[in-house]
Amino acid sequence: MNDDNDPAWPVELINLNCPNCRCLTSGEREIGLDTALDTLLGTFLSGDRRAAARLISVVENGGPRAEAVLHALYPRLGGAPRVGVTGPPGVGKSTLVDALVRHHRGQGRRVGVVAVDPTSPFTGGAVLGDRVRMSDLATDLGVFIRSMATRGSLGGLARTTKEVVDVLEAFGQEILLIETVGVGQTEMDIASAADTVVVVVSPESGDAIQAMKAGLMEVADLLVVNKADRPGTSQMVRALEADLAMRPAGGWRPPVLVTVASRGEGTDEVAAAVGRHREHLSASGALGERRHARARAEIVAILRDRLWQRVHERLADRLPDWVARVEAGHATPYTAARALLAAFLEDEA
Amino acid sequence: MSDHPAARSGRDLLGGLYRRPDDSNRHVTVSGQEIPLVATPADVADLDYARDLGDPGQYPYTRGIHADMYRGKLWTMRQFAGFGTAEQTNERYRFLLARGQTGLSVAFDLPTLMGRDSDDPWSAGEVGKCGVAISSLEDMETLFAGIPLADVSTSMTINSPAAIIWAMYIAAAENQGADRAKLRGTLQNDILKEFIAQKEFIFPPVPSLKLVVDTIEFASREMPLFNPISISGYHIREAGSTAVQELAFTLADGFAYVDAAIAAGLDVDEFAPRLSFFFNSHLDLFEEIAKFRAARRIWARHLRERYGARNPRSWLLRFHTQTAGCSLTAQQPQLNVVRTAYQALAGVLGGTQSLHTNSLDEALALPSEEAVEIALRTQQILAHEIGVASTIDPLAGSYFVEKLTTEMEAGAEAYFARIAEVGGVIPALEEGFFQREIADAAHWYQQALERKQRVVVGVNEYVNPDEKQQIPLLRIDKDVARSQERKLAALRARRDEAAVRAALGQIETAARDGANLMPRFLDAVRAYATLGEIVGALKAVYGEYTEPIII
Amino acid sequence: MERGIRVLVAKAGLDGHDRGAKVVARALRDAGMEVIYTGVRQTPEMIAEAAVQEDVDAVGLSVLSGAHMHVFPEVLRQLTARGGGDILLTGGGTIGDEDMAELQALGVGRLFGPGASTREIVDYIRAETARRRAQSETR
Repeated sequence: MNDDNDPAWPVELINLNCPNCRCLTSGEREIGLDTALDTLLGTFLSGDRRAAARLISVVENGGPRAEAVLHALYPRLGGAPRVGVTGPPGVGKSTLVDALVRHHRGQGRRVGVVAVDPTSPFTGGAVLGDRVRMSDLATDLGVFIRSMATRGSLGGLARTTKEVVDVLEAFGQEILLIETVGVGQTEMDIASAADTVVVVVSPESGDAIQAMKAGLMEVADLLVVNKADRPGTSQMVRALEADLAMRPAGGWRPPVLVTVASRGEGTDEVAAAVGRHREHLSASGALGERRHARARAEIVAILRDRLWQRVHERLADRLPDWVARVEAGHATPYTAARALLAAFLEDEA
Repeated sequence: MSDHPAARSGRDLLGGLYRRPDDSNRHVTVSGQEIPLVATPADVADLDYARDLGDPGQYPYTRGIHADMYRGKLWTMRQFAGFGTAEQTNERYRFLLARGQTGLSVAFDLPTLMGRDSDDPWSAGEVGKCGVAISSLEDMETLFAGIPLADVSTSMTINSPAAIIWAMYIAAAENQGADRAKLRGTLQNDILKEFIAQKEFIFPPVPSLKLVVDTIEFASREMPLFNPISISGYHIREAGSTAVQELAFTLADGFAYVDAAIAAGLDVDEFAPRLSFFFNSHLDLFEEIAKFRAARRIWARHLRERYGARNPRSWLLRFHTQTAGCSLTAQQPQLNVVRTAYQALAGVLGGTQSLHTNSLDEALALPSEEAVEIALRTQQILAHEIGVASTIDPLAGSYFVEKLTTEMEAGAEAYFARIAEVGGVIPALEEGFFQREIADAAHWYQQALERKQRVVVGVNEYVNPDEKQQIPLLRIDKDVARSQERKLAALRARRDEAAVRAALGQIETAARDGANLMPRFLDAVRAYATLGEIVGALKAVYGEYTEPIII
Repeated sequence: MERGIRVLVAKAGLDGHDRGAKVVARALRDAGMEVIYTGVRQTPEMIAEAAVQEDVDAVGLSVLSGAHMHVFPEVLRQLTARGGGDILLTGGGTIGDEDMAELQALGVGRLFGPGASTREIVDYIRAETARRRAQSETR
């Protein structure tokens, strides 16, 4: 329960006016929210899944309440393995994730899954369909599955995803799986949210891989050719291995594995390879490096957001004028930016 | 001639593609296909009577499969029925036969359709709801008690577990003393459209298709009068497809079955004469007639030219028609009688071999006895009062209908090419090609309704503001599930358990070996193994299927 | 910023007729909602648990098999058992007026029969979500 004496549970944090992040500073409304959040956090700690789900929503929706939650949960994070699964559409990512969840459940671990799907840039809506594969895991109390929309990535998909995973870890999930469609920026995001990235392709993925080679292949710690009962599997494996051979020697060499995830074939090997990668990360010190880099990236991202918000607040009035000047050819975008920045710094001072 | 406005408007028709009707001057069919103000000889300039139409009963059968058509034999009036227990449905069948119906058509409940026994936890709430519950041979015997199966033709709407249900039917008939070689009827048994549209699948596509081939082989060797499959567009259309999609996907499925049977070592002329089809008859009268005519022509051409079938009976596309359930309205339900009558007319003008007319209350519940009688009487009026059954294919030569028929064929051929590009029907359904096409069409149709680009009388126009639901609905007895559970418990206690286990073991072995499973199913049902047990044995070998999500 | 609306769209039981569920899912997405689509063949437990984990504002069930008098009360019961009794349970299908009234008396939200427009459904979920959010804030 919400026990103020529990050292792992710094409830006082959320009731403090935190000078560093300006959250919860003033106003009756925010104080009111605190009480509600406080109760919610307490219920969360007692293992209530509805409370966990609500905290995830709070974190996803951002703002001061999200910060308060993350503050409170931060001490509860231990370093549970975070595995990203990405790849082109239709290669069977959800099926592989499903098989990995079963593997870990078989070993008695609590599993958290975050499945990310794109938000429509036109309507802001999204259809999140990844639960389908995992439907019979829906009633397994050791599994918590959450679908997320990219929501135009305000503040960065990577950060929100990571924070949602944080909540799941704080809830006691011992292994965290993050599934995203690898169709552009998202694979870079997943790389920064996960310790191990599994890139899944199918024998038919040739064109898709060509198109995203630069991004997708480079983030891979593990390559999986799923649907390996289809023709073209061995060619795909050879092509991937040839590609990997071009990488500089030394360090971790990503293995190429084959699976028929729909029948559970080869999926234990994938789980084992993920484990080996993790051991490699710990032994080589790379895990520390990754988490270090992630912490840095997070700070930078938050800073960038905050700065931009601030800049935007201050300069929103003056921006249209400069846009017009650039449009008319009276100024270059650089001149405009320089002038605006100067104005901002002056205001701040 | 080419300056005629109608001749020009004909050129911008796109076969197979529906269009957004954003221009209010455009008229489109219920499938979104643009149609001209008037058709002219220019629209049929390329049509060659002998090549493209042929006399009725002549290749390519565009005009009909028989030379005498309905003068020789009227279509079979076959009302789909089933609800509650086998006893209750048996009573309804006797009622329908007494009212002049000429064939039986069994509707099974969802648990049966999904291969589950009435006492399975998944069956909760569904037992006997949208059809009759059949869990064992015992239920099948009750269903047909007092109805001589040697003399009636029975259609059974069952897919994933079709082979097992068929085994129960054969065993029940043989227990009545009937000779299996004389049994007549049709098994729906079209698993591909389940993956595409209706989603009542159990096993993955490949073993599912293998089960179908087993039944085709069994029918061609032992049950020469039974249609082992009814390749169905009905459900594809109900799922929201256009007319061209219904036509194209159904025939593509048909070709996939032909390919699979040939791959299993059968000769095309050995089984093709027993393949039958099942189409929807929707609201757009001429589009539907064109669809039926095009279907016959395409099938005949492909079977003869692509598959090299020699037996003319292999070229014939025989089909059952059901009026469009999705066109029925819950508002002012009496109007559904009118809609259904027009749809039935399209089926008859299109040359159907059998017909089901929907009952007026089916947007609200399973049909009441009174509603079913009106539906059946609708067909009798068509057959005997309005004179449409006397002359074969009366619309042949109509510029408009021939033009639509040609476009239907072209649209379907375009889809065949796209399906081939994806690698065939199974890869296409696994990656959601059909599902996406259908979902897009359904979405378009819904939008058209909401923007009132299409009028549905009583729903989005001409609404009766004071309407109260007043028609009597059929209520399904809540005790059906309990009575089924009791019956199953008694059956399980009574039967020879060792024989059941042995028969189930044989099924698993045969499934692993790839042997024809029909003989094994017959043994198992005779030992009173239940449907759920037999399906369970198959799941152990084949696994279960999860579909890709397409919104 | 106004929090987006999340809706779980599900097909309960063995019924596979998913045209209505998909058309509605698409309409809700086009109205800017986040739609969690569970696909066909869901038990009431699966639906309720998914609704809770996904923290949805509403659950929309499509039932065409005649099993609605079993499915809706059971999902409601399972939601309540998981502390999700405040989640709006709505839906549609071939459901007669009498049954609709009976289900609404149990606490199920509005149900939509054949011919309902997706606009009505969108408007209803928006209004009902706003009402429920306001209510929980004043509590």
